[in-house]
Amino acid sequence: MNRFAELLDRLTYEPGRNNKLRLMTNYFASTPDPERGYALAALTGGLSFRYAKPNVIRSLIAERTDSVLFALSRDFVGDTAETVALMWPAPEAEKPNAVPHLSDVVTLLSTLGKAQLPVQLARWLDALDETGRWALLKLVMGALRIGVSARLAKTAAAALEDKDVTDIELMWPSLTPPYLDLFAWLEGRGEKPATQDPAPFRPAMLAQAIDDSDFEKLDATDFTAEWKWDGIRVQASAGINDKGTRVARMYSRTGEEISKSFPDLLESLRFNGSIDGELLILRDGRVQPFNVLQQRLNRKTVTTKLMSEFPAHLRAYDLLVDGDEDLRDLPFEARRKRLETFVARLKDSRIDISPLVPFDTWSELAAARAEPASVGSAEDASAVEGVMLKRRESPYVPGRPKGLWWKWKRDPFTADAVLMYAQRGSGKRSSYYSDYTFGVWTAGDEGNELVPVGKAYFGFTDEELLQIDRFVRRHTTKRFGPVREVAHTPEQGLVLEVAFEGLQRSTRHKSGLAMRFPRISRLRWDKPPGEADRLETLEKMLEGIERGQTSPLIAERKSRT
Amino acid sequence: MTYLKPMRAEDLLLPTPAGVCCERGGFHIDPTRPTDKAIITHAHSDHARAGHGAVLATQETLDIMRLRYGPDFAGATQAIRYGETVKLGDVSVTFHPAGHVLGSAQVAVESGNLRIVASGDYKDAADPTCTSFELVPCDVFITEATFGLPVFRHGDPDAEVGKLLHSVQLFSERAHLVGAYSLGKAQRVIALIRKAGYDKPIYLHGAMENICRYYQSRGIDLGDLPLVRDRKKVELVGTITLCPPSALKDVWSRRFPDPVACYASGWMRVRARARQSQVELPLVISDHADWNGLRAIVKATGARDIWVTHGQEDALVHWCQTQGLKARPLDIVGYGDEDETDGTADAGQAGNPA
Ligand SMILES: [Zn+2]
Repeated sequence: MNRFAELLDRLTYEPGRNNKLRLMTNYFASTPDPERGYALAALTGGLSFRYAKPNVIRSLIAERTDSVLFALSRDFVGDTAETVALMWPAPEAEKPNAVPHLSDVVTLLSTLGKAQLPVQLARWLDALDETGRWALLKLVMGALRIGVSARLAKTAAAALEDKDVTDIELMWPSLTPPYLDLFAWLEGRGEKPATQDPAPFRPAMLAQAIDDSDFEKLDATDFTAEWKWDGIRVQASAGINDKGTRVARMYSRTGEEISKSFPDLLESLRFNGSIDGELLILRDGRVQPFNVLQQRLNRKTVTTKLMSEFPAHLRAYDLLVDGDEDLRDLPFEARRKRLETFVARLKDSRIDISPLVPFDTWSELAAARAEPASVGSAEDASAVEGVMLKRRESPYVPGRPKGLWWKWKRDPFTADAVLMYAQRGSGKRSSYYSDYTFGVWTAGDEGNELVPVGKAYFGFTDEELLQIDRFVRRHTTKRFGPVREVAHTPEQGLVLEVAFEGLQRSTRHKSGLAMRFPRISRLRWDKPPGEADRLETLEKMLEGIERGQTSPLIAERKSRT
Repeated sequence: MTYLKPMRAEDLLLPTPAGVCCERGGFHIDPTRPTDKAIITHAHSDHARAGHGAVLATQETLDIMRLRYGPDFAGATQAIRYGETVKLGDVSVTFHPAGHVLGSAQVAVESGNLRIVASGDYKDAADPTCTSFELVPCDVFITEATFGLPVFRHGDPDAEVGKLLHSVQLFSERAHLVGAYSLGKAQRVIALIRKAGYDKPIYLHGAMENICRYYQSRGIDLGDLPLVRDRKKVELVGTITLCPPSALKDVWSRRFPDPVACYASGWMRVRARARQSQVELPLVISDHADWNGLRAIVKATGARDIWVTHGQEDALVHWCQTQGLKARPLDIVGYGDEDETDGTADAGQAGNPA
């Protein structure tokens, strides 16, 4: 367990893909079976046991530590499992002399009853060090987020003997942890594990972000455009396996299998081929905004109720495989034609095609992008995130090839707001005051007062985070638990330029409205708080959004700054 | 008949936002603003500022202040040894080792039968580059709380250096850059690497040179420490270089072959902090007492009254109270802030190492 913990620890900090591969390959090469097989399973999300609920962990630590000290520590660290791992009191004298192996942990977890779990967990925690405890807790809580995709872990295994990861992908569905046959083949000690996957993942093609200056170099007639929907990019593959049964799978754009989360959509994949598209939630034929989709994604178990409240839908962009035929080398236009026939033949209300946006010049497209409702996206306009430009002749190339596909996102709105409250963040930002509530001016009973309009956690640089954090600590006027109120008078305070994607009415806010996806775009140290924006300005923007006009207001705001 | 009344601690040392002040002795301890007479516990820039009228400190602290601020850093200076006592008015002041960095001291202030110890920054862990912490029994103990949360247990620094050396082996075609504060931490890390048996040259960023050479001149063996300046990329393959933490993200780091960013600090215990610093290899090595150290020392001083200067004061104050001790935060503005600005302002010069 300690070696596995060390690997995870190192992987979480390593940004480079090749270095991650090195670390994993080195681990696989120097760790015996079955330990490395369970590690591969953990890294690919292939372990199945009942995860420990956070409250089990919380009550274990509550029995052993002072609640005030735990709360302060949790607040500083920003992550419950990590806090427990760090403050777990493990007196040297009571340390068992055997550190558990990952394989012991995995095999025991799959047989352990619910009632026995806390005792066993405590025993393991006693035996491990800080890093070991952290890895164990992440593992048993099913929360190993270490920036390694399943595909990357498989690639690292393939690199043991210079094998092709595609071979591993193809045999993967028929393999089970601890993958003794896989490692035997990789090390030249055994037969190649059989099977052909009828629904494999094919590496996705991604778009580059476009800049204003790029348009000069591009000819509008070389491109088609379609809406960029605000959902999740997915690949839906299906086929018949050698036993004659239908296999259907959904993948994220990085190749993670997400079939389990969308059984409702999986039923509709009654075809032989592979569609690239956007996963959306549709209600009464209308695309729901991303936050609705998010509500479905946040649930761990997919219930019938969840599926009927949040029906999943596939909006097709591209066709990679049609029957036995791989279309990826064909030009986009040809694939698009095939896709239209393919989708029409399915006659399934859960799968439709993403319409093309007609345009002849870049300025026509700019107008469409600014007002999607006017150009065919009709009532779904609010779920349009921008437009995608695809070169008519582009083959389907994995990765982010230059010059073939471009994404052109909608401009966000901006407003100058005043920082009112700050709270310590979680994850990467924890231990700093990094969650900000900000407000704009409105007439109150005693003159102008600030009313909150949103909360933002990101958008600033690391350097700016330190500056704001220092500002918060120096200008605290009140403390409410983890929240600090900071000075926010017309003379003293910090003005934040906030960018956001929209506004919606809200009864929860005193201001009556709330920003959608706000982020800090700039710190306005130069601006006196008294000169920040007023609520009336935001109300005008909101009315504009409700009328479906976004561009004039953007123009208006831009000319003001 | 006021002289019969027992003296209150605040009559001897008064906490102010600019540091603790002894009116009767006419001095401040580690003042954050220029004062007539300052007693300085150690040379880290958040405790030792330039511009005081007179400074009383250990020889090493005075030397390092001179290296950093130039010869005119104070109107007058007076050096004092560990264990030595000076009288200031009717107050006697004695210096004791704090184990934090070379020359670091705790200051015992005494009058009548009241003794207050201002400990500055300190640690109770072994460190071959400075004199070990000495426990001084007292009535009032003024303590830092940089790592005053139960999540901070620093562990074994040798094991952390082991991680570094293992990584140097695994990624032998890359260069390892170790971010470490230029006063104290850097020299301790070098000494730990030497202790682990690594005898190749350890390269230095220019900002490290002064103080490393000073440590060597005081008889601390750090081995061969060439400057990284003028070295070609290929010469730096497989090497270890010490630099100020800010240099890790600087264009300066581009001269190294695919550098592995390492950072030696107590903050590295917390993942969010480590990720915030964008390091690939965090090394938990601290020059401050950890949670266990703080508690052990607070108890062992026998003090009934604990004043907490800076850091995670809420947790330490709470713990003291659960132990039946009087405790309060002092809210001094300016201690411990330097570690966050280190490098954004003046790389390698400022810095309260953690
Ligand atoms: Zn210090």
